[in-house]
Amino acid sequence: MSNVMDRDVSVADEPGAPRLKGKGTPLRERFFQLSLWTSLAVGVVFLASLLVYVVVEAWPRLDSRIWTNFPDIIDPSNAGAQSAIMGTLWIIAFTAVYCLPTGILAAIYLEEYADPNRWWNRVIEINIQNLAAVPSIVYGILGLGIISRGLGFGQTVMSASLTLSLLVLPTVIIASREAIRAVPQSIRQASLALGATQWQTIWRQVLPAAVPGMATGSILALSRAIGEAAPLLLLGGLTFITFNPTGVESPFTALPIQIFGWISQSRAEFTALASAAIVVLLVILLAMNSVAIWLRNRYSRKW
Amino acid sequence: MVTAMTPASDRTDITVLSDQEASMTSPSDSVGGTRTPRVAYRTAPSLDSPVFEVGSLSVFYGDHEAVRDVNLNIGERQITAMIGPSGCGKSTVLRCFNRMNDLVPTARVAGKVRYHNEDLYGREVDPIEVRRRVGMVFQKPNPFPKSIYDNIAYGPRVGGFKGNLDDLVEETLTHAALWDEVKDKLKTSALALSGGQQQRLCIARTIAVKPEVILMDEPCSALDPIATAKIEDLMEHLAEEFTIIVVTHNMQQAARVSHRTAFFTADVDDKGVRHGRLVEYDETERIFSNPSDQRTEDYISGRFG
Amino acid sequence: MSSPSVERKAASGGPGFLKRSQPRYGEKAIKVLLLAASLVSVLTTVGIVIALIPPAGEFFGKVSFGEFITGTNWAPLFKPPHFGVLPLVGGTLMVTLVALLVSVPLGLGAAIYLSEYAHPRVRTIFKPILEVLAGIPTVVYGFFALKAITPLLQDIWPAGEGPQVFNALAAGFVMGVMIIPTIASLAEDSMNAVPRALRDGAFALGSSRMQVSTRVVFPAALSGIVAAVVLGISRALGETMIVAVAAGGRPNLSFNPLEGMQTMTAFIAAAGIGDLPTGSTGYQTIFAVGALLFVMTLVMNLVSIRLVRKYREVYE
Repeated sequence: MSNVMDRDVSVADEPGAPRLKGKGTPLRERFFQLSLWTSLAVGVVFLASLLVYVVVEAWPRLDSRIWTNFPDIIDPSNAGAQSAIMGTLWIIAFTAVYCLPTGILAAIYLEEYADPNRWWNRVIEINIQNLAAVPSIVYGILGLGIISRGLGFGQTVMSASLTLSLLVLPTVIIASREAIRAVPQSIRQASLALGATQWQTIWRQVLPAAVPGMATGSILALSRAIGEAAPLLLLGGLTFITFNPTGVESPFTALPIQIFGWISQSRAEFTALASAAIVVLLVILLAMNSVAIWLRNRYSRKW
Repeated sequence: MVTAMTPASDRTDITVLSDQEASMTSPSDSVGGTRTPRVAYRTAPSLDSPVFEVGSLSVFYGDHEAVRDVNLNIGERQITAMIGPSGCGKSTVLRCFNRMNDLVPTARVAGKVRYHNEDLYGREVDPIEVRRRVGMVFQKPNPFPKSIYDNIAYGPRVGGFKGNLDDLVEETLTHAALWDEVKDKLKTSALALSGGQQQRLCIARTIAVKPEVILMDEPCSALDPIATAKIEDLMEHLAEEFTIIVVTHNMQQAARVSHRTAFFTADVDDKGVRHGRLVEYDETERIFSNPSDQRTEDYISGRFG
Repeated sequence: MSSPSVERKAASGGPGFLKRSQPRYGEKAIKVLLLAASLVSVLTTVGIVIALIPPAGEFFGKVSFGEFITGTNWAPLFKPPHFGVLPLVGGTLMVTLVALLVSVPLGLGAAIYLSEYAHPRVRTIFKPILEVLAGIPTVVYGFFALKAITPLLQDIWPAGEGPQVFNALAAGFVMGVMIIPTIASLAEDSMNAVPRALRDGAFALGSSRMQVSTRVVFPAALSGIVAAVVLGISRALGETMIVAVAAGGRPNLSFNPLEGMQTMTAFIAAAGIGDLPTGSTGYQTIFAVGALLFVMTLVMNLVSIRLVRKYREVYE
């Protein structure tokens, strides 16, 4: 009620007041700041030169052949990446189908239901944090040993998308949890105090408010899956497949794998081809990231 | 402050009161004048058929006994104020009445809380049923990030309301004296309203469920004096139909609106742990004019707290 | 004003009126479904262990663990085969070391800059750049290391022969840049968790910004910073595509980063591409090396998780 405390108490400079003139920033301070700044600059310069290098290398091959033609290891001028692009789209679509519902449901459980004092919830928690940092090639081993050979899914789109969905599941869970946690507790309390059940509160208040954040996090997670090559190497993705997938049972190849295959060829034409495929891959990633950032800015809410 | 006190029985010039209040900035506002019995206190109705009976109530957070041995009865269709210094457990006690304490995993309640003779913490009792009868308004206005209409309609919807929602929304908003202000923008976001309007919307949202009791946890502490006066007006008006329990830091508010007042304080035991306690519970007039406990007297005269 | 037409919920309807009016089986079913979804992550770990143990077990039935862990010759597909994993471990550690020499100073420098120096507007520019850096597929990093960084190093190398076509230096350098965002973001997080009051106190004593950063914030955030570095190590150990492309495919126990050397991950990838028949010793080596890699990263991850937990407990 009282505004007295808020009154501006700044005192104007009076003539004759002692001047607190500094001696200038010491050299050591400047050097420190410069080296911090350099740390960031290295990353920026690296990123810029990588992008420039790739585009320059790709330039001669950056034409429609890259998406109209199929991979070819005999004649690089005739080669394209259509089956790899289609393979990537198939795989990522099914990865999304498998991991997004699972990840979001798990996130809801951990944020809204799980009592962190229970040992099994703590186990789930630590397990997810560890899985987020397990090397992707180990997921490839899981895919190879269990999904592809153990369960007999073979070297198919199905195996690839199941493997990648397990790979990005922790990322989806962590991002969704953050989005759920960002919904203020007061909204939950208001809903519960009106006699809503816990699920009504989650379904009608928490989730609608968390959807933009979950969508952003999910897109970023999926874009990680798109660029992932290592696990797919173990699932037989490195074959020069000259047809598009027609279903989850189809054999597959994918863009990052095809890029890897072309890099391994020593002829210079293949370097250009690999660069062109990298440009395509980066454009897809850029598009997904832009959507994610747009979502974040469009719907970000200050509570 | 004293001059600004308007008899509670005559609230027609409420805005004048608020303007004066708003223009006053003396920090002594919050404690000044309470002893001067110029307020026409509201006569308290009887406690013969209490809505709530509380006996030997203790609330624990983990091992810490936050509130110890509270006994009081809450009367029907009257306003009960709970006052006291910060950390005295009054909000904790309030949250026992609709089992909001259930949401704190470590909280535990011991003792008797009966609602119309039914043990509120009985094994068969469903907290959701409880909360449909005992609504709550929070300290900070917390409208849902939805339209005004959806805010009002939310409670009835989740409760399985089958009638005409449009009518219910209009009736509720009228009831809460908010209809004229918002009737042209029912579909706009509730977050666009002013703080005071948001809080009245939260009250309206609560009565849309048609509860019997409304709990208010410092409903005006985030609001300016004008908005506060409007809420107090609304509370008086709602008390004709609802039982209201209000926690407040503002002693004038307790004096102005309530029929009965419970004064809480915190004891510090020999281990230095604070326990909230009910010191005195009586008709508001008595608490403010002739309290029987020295601690109450100290608090309301501003010597403590 | 109170409208009598408003039909209030029966305040009391005899004993038990506060009981649940209708059973809510749905609520229970949903909770079970949600729990099941979170168990998928547990099953993933179980799956990894189940995938690794039987073939690795069979492998160690044929090759003694002692030979595996101390042998200095890795030639599983040759005749006679040799199963000494040290060259792969050495290659992994060499690349990791180079990567850390790049990523630890640069990552922490970036974190201190973003947390203690940068104007909010500068942060909104640089943080997305770091995110983009983290989002570039690693095969692209590998391509850049092989086709751009290695030739560049060969051109500017002052004396001697310079790096080979495949070498640990270029792969490690590029991997280091790749890990900068990982280290920077976790370290910045932990520095942000240091209470403002601690900084204010130091500033009020006349400290400069550098002194506050290095003597107050850095030590206070130390457990988070160590966690960031440990997580960086884990990522470096497990990175596959950069080394598969740029560090070469020849097991080579050497301390010279200018030479090509195969890492554990690159071996697994190379063996996996070979589509070896199930049950063959060659196939089982994938799992033996994979199990070793999994254990190494698991230890790093658990240390990191623990340290993160520690700083969260202190300040949150």
